[in-house]
Amino acid sequence: MSDNTAIANGAQTEAHHEHPPYQRHHFETVGQQFDATNFAMWLFLLTEIMFFGGLFTAYLIMRNWYYQPFVDASHQLQIFWGTANTVVLIASSFTMAMSVWSAEMRRRKSLLIYLCLTLVFGLTFLGIKGIEWHEKWEKHHIPGAHYSVQSFVNPQSDPEVYKEYKDAPLSPDAAQKTEEYFFLYFAMTGMHALHMVIGIGILVFMIFRAKVGAYTTGHVTFVENFGLYWHFVDIVWIYLFALLYLISRH
Amino acid sequence: MSTSTILSLPDQSTARIPRMNFLTKENGLLSWLLTGDHKRIATLYLISITFFFFIGGALAGLIRLELLTPQTSLMAADTYNKVFTMHGIIMIFFFLVPSVPATLGNFLIPMMIGAKDLALPKVNLLSWYLYIIGGAMGVYVMASGGVDTGWTFTTPLSTHYVNTHVISTAMAAFIAGFSSVFTGLNFIVTIHKMRCPGMTWFRLPLFVWANYAASILMVLGTPVLAITLVLVMLERAFGIGVFDPAKGGDPILFQHLFWFYSHPAVYIMILPGMGVISEVISTFSRKRVFGYTAVAFSSVAIAVFGFFVWAHHMFIMGISNYAALIFSLLTMLVAVPSAIKIFNWAFTLYKGSITFETPMLYAFGFMGLFTIGGLTGVFLGTTGTDIHLTETYFIVAHFHFVMVGGMLMAFLSGIHFWWPKWTGRMYPEKISQLAAIVTFIGFNFTFFPQFILGMLGMPRRYAAYPPEFQALNVFSTAGASILGVGYLLPILYLTWSLKYGAVAGDNPWQATGLEWQTQSPPLTENFTEIPIMDHEAYDYEWLEKQDLAKQQPGKEVASVG
Repeated sequence: MSDNTAIANGAQTEAHHEHPPYQRHHFETVGQQFDATNFAMWLFLLTEIMFFGGLFTAYLIMRNWYYQPFVDASHQLQIFWGTANTVVLIASSFTMAMSVWSAEMRRRKSLLIYLCLTLVFGLTFLGIKGIEWHEKWEKHHIPGAHYSVQSFVNPQSDPEVYKEYKDAPLSPDAAQKTEEYFFLYFAMTGMHALHMVIGIGILVFMIFRAKVGAYTTGHVTFVENFGLYWHFVDIVWIYLFALLYLISRH
Repeated sequence: MSTSTILSLPDQSTARIPRMNFLTKENGLLSWLLTGDHKRIATLYLISITFFFFIGGALAGLIRLELLTPQTSLMAADTYNKVFTMHGIIMIFFFLVPSVPATLGNFLIPMMIGAKDLALPKVNLLSWYLYIIGGAMGVYVMASGGVDTGWTFTTPLSTHYVNTHVISTAMAAFIAGFSSVFTGLNFIVTIHKMRCPGMTWFRLPLFVWANYAASILMVLGTPVLAITLVLVMLERAFGIGVFDPAKGGDPILFQHLFWFYSHPAVYIMILPGMGVISEVISTFSRKRVFGYTAVAFSSVAIAVFGFFVWAHHMFIMGISNYAALIFSLLTMLVAVPSAIKIFNWAFTLYKGSITFETPMLYAFGFMGLFTIGGLTGVFLGTTGTDIHLTETYFIVAHFHFVMVGGMLMAFLSGIHFWWPKWTGRMYPEKISQLAAIVTFIGFNFTFFPQFILGMLGMPRRYAAYPPEFQALNVFSTAGASILGVGYLLPILYLTWSLKYGAVAGDNPWQATGLEWQTQSPPLTENFTEIPIMDHEAYDYEWLEKQDLAKQQPGKEVASVG
């Protein structure tokens, strides 16, 4: 039919149909809007996978090249703090999932509680990460001018780690390669922490919006998509935990 | 030149540009800087990429002037290094990658699929701002002394040896990269979720398919470049790293990560151009694109194969012979879908009613030059030949045939083709045909001698060369000046046409795409009501029946399925 592909006529403007206030004008239905933004979030996470993928590739290749230095350097990480952080993040994923559920159920109060809990867990994670980084600082394990290979050429100088792993001393040349490990360790955990910081920023924004009931109107897209992001950052940590902390533990 | 034409303009004495359109809806700077309208963002992009094209072009002019004589007569060797590096960075990150997708793609994709806008208008605007921030940093780098690593940021040169603005340049490319990720992401979501009723995947114009394939590459490839540049910046800032062999790093790893993006980036640059050519060839030969499905899938095939050929940039860099063998084979495979496109366009022309308007002239230029560029790519993908030809002017000629002869021709073809839709006015036909021919001649003069220079062994990236290469270099520089005229002309007459061009009407080319079925320039929401697609793409019979129905309003015309 000739009217099927409408010929636009300058004077006419489209009559708006009744729709909820949160529906953007260029979407036909709320369903379409939800589908599109949700799909966009998944695609964005795909780009994040490729982004972290480059780091993981570099790490695995380097580890393959400099196996012993990487094993010894990874013994410097404290499994206790790593495990604690994993537990904290998994707990935050749970509270995040509950936030989404609360938004769907339109329970403003429980949404606020769960968002705040998520925020607390996120901050706890960063706090623990700070403790770990600080320890590296004290042991001169931050790559750069002040880097010290003492713990690797002479493992007994580091009694706590030596007690547990009994690592053999590395040659000075091999010990230098532990700097690569710590460079990648800081690049990977730093990039992950940056994602956490961004997430926490958005969480604070969401808490303020949730207070005035912005997410308990039936429009849960934002909470749901943020949830996807948060879970993704958690999953990245799970991989980091396995690859940086656990892999060298036999 | 043929006198026959398909141009059908409304009666100029009565024709007017529609009073209400996306350009006139709101006024003032803020209405542009805060717009969510994909057509306005496309216009912003068009202005900004033209700006960067002329900076990059001026740098190219400097390179050619320096190479006029065998000695370093115009500039010192290290200045020359900076000039060709900035030329590469600006042309690739700030012109070629966003050229067709961010301008024509942005403008057309929602209209072609019958949507009011891209799915994420704010993200679209964000991508333009990121582009501008990245571009401003690029300009800052140039103003403050430039960078001289080559656009490839080769480590450990970039992380250890040079003392120029590597970090800010890498930051500029990083930010521009995110602008391209957001454009690609937006396109994929839009094409999946925003198609109008009846617009099935195989009724999509091939331009949409090509941009879809390019978007896949942008979304999957660009983040890898981003993390690579982050590592380069960290390595340079803190002096330790994964790429510097003196520190135990692996420069080959950098090459792998860099080319994992930068080879697909070549397809990011060329695929949208191929989409333009499909539309233009079909319109100006009045035939459905031959083998529509094959052309559509060849775009996706290029996107998929394109991810597995990156190591052909590294044959002389010490990768294993087996890797070289496999990447060589894969490189030849990626030539197949490209050839499918060329063959199908050729068969579209066969027995078509061909007319020679400017977009078509550029499209012919594309087909010839891209074929040469593509075939020489196969030479370079052959491991043995590559060892002789790589890092010579042969490679420079090869990628300029693909990028300038291919992509830039396609871009200009598309700009001319959709100019009446964008502005509501026609460009002047005769002078633009002249510009197309001048461009073609200038291009061949500039770059064909470089194939010979490369065969003879003239290396790229040197300011001086042995005197026996001078004759061919003079040819090349002379050609570049003709090419420069070819690029200046469109700027002049297109600007002129904004005010004085003939009023185009809705569908001057009698083309079938949905974008031609609305007014020009379109309304902010594109269509007065969401269209329903009831015919296949490139269905010229449907269009004729449409016209007949319009001429005889009383008579009911049967619907075309």
